[in-house]
Amino acid sequence: MLEFLQRVLGKSFSSKKIAKERLRLVLLHDRTCLTPEILDSLKGDLIQVISRYMVIDEKNLDVSLNTEDESVALVANIPILKVKQIS
Amino acid sequence: MGEVIVVTSGKGGVGKTTTVANIGTGLAAEGYKVVLVDTDIGLRNLDVVMGLENRIVYDIVDVVSGNCRLKQALIKDKRFEELYLLPAAQTKDKTAISMEQMKELCANLKNDFDYVIIDCPAGIEMGFKNAIAGAEKAIVVTTPEVSAVRDADRIIGLLEANDLEEPKLIINRIRPDMVKRGDMMDIDDMIEILAIDLLGVVPEDELIVISTNKGEPAVLEKTSKAGQAYKNISLRITGENVPLMHLESHAGIMKKLRKLLGV
Repeated sequence: MLEFLQRVLGKSFSSKKIAKERLRLVLLHDRTCLTPEILDSLKGDLIQVISRYMVIDEKNLDVSLNTEDESVALVANIPILKVKQIS
Repeated sequence: MGEVIVVTSGKGGVGKTTTVANIGTGLAAEGYKVVLVDTDIGLRNLDVVMGLENRIVYDIVDVVSGNCRLKQALIKDKRFEELYLLPAAQTKDKTAISMEQMKELCANLKNDFDYVIIDCPAGIEMGFKNAIAGAEKAIVVTTPEVSAVRDADRIIGLLEANDLEEPKLIINRIRPDMVKRGDMMDIDDMIEILAIDLLGVVPEDELIVISTNKGEPAVLEKTSKAGQAYKNISLRITGENVPLMHLESHAGIMKKLRKLLGV
């Protein structure tokens, strides 16, 4: 899409940038040895634990790996609908 | 006591064998005693790149299994007195040698040579494990492509896990024209991604194909840019501080001149 837009707008597009971005993502997964299946199972466990304390919007929940410089972070964005009253 | 250096890449076809042949010849041209070891059992090729395929009698499997003495299997180079090749076996497979046998072989070779350069097969299986077993240093060859860099990253991880710390990188077959127009990753991109030290950059060069056709390493060819890059790499291995060469081609300048003159 981005490529298409840039082509339409007549900007010179460098395929090197695509290569770097794809490499960055693929290496992130290679290096952490986290398969999409493991990430899915982690997501399931997270939902289970958090649901004990609050009602969350499971449809808009996002768990992904992020990289900054040399470090990798697990970033979870979990919208809360309601906090459960725990007595 | 010599040094055992393994040349590896993970991905096939990025130029490991060409690199071994050229670095080895380059070091021999500087007067060092060098032996090149082909560990790609079943798919040997270093012999043809060196132009020594007609002289093979015994191979690496014969040596480790005791069919011949080490000296009998070493093939002397056509051009340099102190350059030798220990060829791979062609009819066996990677399991014909063990890691222990490889360690012993390397220990023996480094008694007699300044540099023992090991040509590693593609892949991360037995052949790779054998090739790195007796090595003290590692060179990782990659090309500026997503697939090759990804495999290089995997290999770097495996080398470090096997106590081959701080492998050095050779970027092969770079095309300055493509880098310039943003269609190929440049040196900095790859160094940033792989986070290892650079040993050298070799430009794409037709003379590599020609020299492989003839079985004469391009490092001896003064007109070859790739050959000169390999010469510089050889010098850096010996500890000399050689700056990276300028990759902009003179043809470009000539073209510009012609354009300017309208011819």
